[in-house]
Amino acid sequence: MSDQVSAPPQMVNVQINGVWHEFPKGTRVIEACEKAGSYVPRYCYHKKLSSPGNCRMCLIEMGLPKMGPDRKPELGPDGKPLINWMPRPQISCAQDVSEGMGVRTDSPLAVECRKGVMEFLLINHPLDCPICDQAGECRLQEFSVEYGSAESRFLENKVKKPKNIELGPRVTLDDERCILCSRCIRFCQEVAQDDVLGFVDRGSHSVLTAHPGKRLENNYSLNTVDICPVGALTSSDFRFQMRVWFLKETKSFCTSCATGCNTIIGTREDVIYRQTPRENDAVNSCWMCDYGRLNFGYLQSEKRLLQPEILSGDKLIPAEWSVAITHAAVQLKHFSGWEIAILASGRMTNEELWLTSQLAKTLGVESIDIVPRHGPADNILLSADRNPNTNGARLLGVTSQPGARLPEIVQGVASGRIKALVALGENPIEIGLTVAQITALPAFIAMNILANDSTPAATALLPSFGFAEKRGSMINGKGRLQRLNRAVRGPGQARDDWEILRDLIQACSGRNGIYSIEDVFRQMSESVPQFAGLSLSKIGDLGVQILENAGSPA
Amino acid sequence: MAITVSRPKLNWRERAYLPAILSGMAITIKHFRNMLFGRTKVTMQYPEEKWDNQMPEHYRGAPALVRDDTGRVRCVACQLCEFICPPRAIKIIPGEFAAGDRFAKVEKFPQEFDIDMIRCIYCGLCEEVCPEQAIYLRKDYAITGFTRADMVHNKEKLLEIGGVMHGVVLKWNEKK
Repeated sequence: MSDQVSAPPQMVNVQINGVWHEFPKGTRVIEACEKAGSYVPRYCYHKKLSSPGNCRMCLIEMGLPKMGPDRKPELGPDGKPLINWMPRPQISCAQDVSEGMGVRTDSPLAVECRKGVMEFLLINHPLDCPICDQAGECRLQEFSVEYGSAESRFLENKVKKPKNIELGPRVTLDDERCILCSRCIRFCQEVAQDDVLGFVDRGSHSVLTAHPGKRLENNYSLNTVDICPVGALTSSDFRFQMRVWFLKETKSFCTSCATGCNTIIGTREDVIYRQTPRENDAVNSCWMCDYGRLNFGYLQSEKRLLQPEILSGDKLIPAEWSVAITHAAVQLKHFSGWEIAILASGRMTNEELWLTSQLAKTLGVESIDIVPRHGPADNILLSADRNPNTNGARLLGVTSQPGARLPEIVQGVASGRIKALVALGENPIEIGLTVAQITALPAFIAMNILANDSTPAATALLPSFGFAEKRGSMINGKGRLQRLNRAVRGPGQARDDWEILRDLIQACSGRNGIYSIEDVFRQMSESVPQFAGLSLSKIGDLGVQILENAGSPA
Repeated sequence: MAITVSRPKLNWRERAYLPAILSGMAITIKHFRNMLFGRTKVTMQYPEEKWDNQMPEHYRGAPALVRDDTGRVRCVACQLCEFICPPRAIKIIPGEFAAGDRFAKVEKFPQEFDIDMIRCIYCGLCEEVCPEQAIYLRKDYAITGFTRADMVHNKEKLLEIGGVMHGVVLKWNEKK
């Protein structure tokens, strides 16, 4: 690593399929081939893990420069070194490039050898693709098309191995499908730092299993399902739920902690079926934690708020959006800024936080803060700050020290100074208020996704969207601006949070010239220097670093 | 862009029209004469008369699910038919066999299997794509109903039409 900083990497010349390329020294041959445009099939090799070289699928033909009697490479008519081809194929995953090396990825020898490897792998592999969850994204299926044979020459009985084993609370194993690539074992050793998996027994009877008395239950266990090239490891949560070819994939990021791991949300007909990590070397490499990955069920929960409601007499009744917004605005305008408190959330996007600060400015509110959330950090990916956008809330002036103003708000409600409370995606009971105190407030405007103990006390209830239902941006714990994309439509009458806030500001102060979320971002980028020159589309799929040395989460 | 269509040049015989009218009349009279002597085959009196016993082997009627000799619904809910179906008539909700079930080794089965016969175009792609020989187009063609819901064939109805298919590969029996 350090020599990369001090000096440019030394480049070596490599001939791949007859064309000379330059690669930095230390590049794996398999990576060099991929960069040169010829993908070498592989099962055991994963670029973020060590190379054991045990699947033998990435065989290539390789050669080194022909040396003359003077120990100098002999040059051909084109001035390039002549290559001494090795008689037998080599694996490309455990070999680094060297000066004058020659590689043939699709020579008859290499292709014939891969066909042989494929035949061996398929000897004991069950033909249960119709029920296998991996079907459609299975490497074995894909390479069978290129290197497999339509008919098996194997007449004997296939080896029977254990099926449908619970390796851990979230992972189910089918040993018959396993091709013994050891990716999952290496992942647990090298990334999750929880060495629980291993192979036992020999030869054809070799099986993957957990260490006796242990289970695959670390918080990163589901990554083994992602990297499993076949359907041996399956997610117990996603198992048999939906075939992968139906899933619409939306690039997004995880909002369960301040790390903001990049994800792909798999949906079909407005139902989320799974979340998988998306490679971003600046954030999460190829991984994400199980906690964040499975934290989407609440969007399809029974407790979703579906209809705006207003307090009429002594009970909440369903209302049109325009009525609910006007109702809320009238209540807010009735009080002075001193009598209003806004409870914002570190789970809101930058756009929503910006509009929240505009709303606070319009009403003259000083008592505004977000609710901090903490949990144990694990030094891998999971951050101690469980709010995805604390940095955004700081940058946009919604809070300076998350949670610092909360005691003041609680005190204000208790003493009767605060007469109107606006809770945006937060439950005021969590900061220490009681249901009785909230019910006693003359105005309690609640915008939220799910119903909670405080929602029956609302004077205006505004159902909003979850992270997969809206667009927007957030700043992660390391100061990287990332973008949420809409994967599903929101349920019922629920509305996008920024629209609700925009309408609320308009109802309080008249027109504000915001018609789309791009308008919100434009206004924000005009006032906040860190966003200057950016737009939602310019953030891109991998995000933009906008804060240097962002403070560690409070 | 306008296209100019050239009119055919007619000769004097064609321009007179009368020969064409007379030759047409001659055909009509021929048919009339054949009718009179009972030499023309008349319309089949559907539905009193039906051609069910003359249907060809490859006739594509209503799609249906089948059971095999062991009594198992052959479908394993792989959803390939749902994927291939051009009018999106098929809807499957997969389920998993309980641990002690007779067919537990197959692991997966269709909890719900609906074919909307208003949408179905009888193309037969579902039968062609099925890797389990579980769905076949039968010879039923008169699919009727009083409501839209009547026209959705659920799993029970599909199995009733399909019945048992003998002599198909029992590949799951070889499994553990």
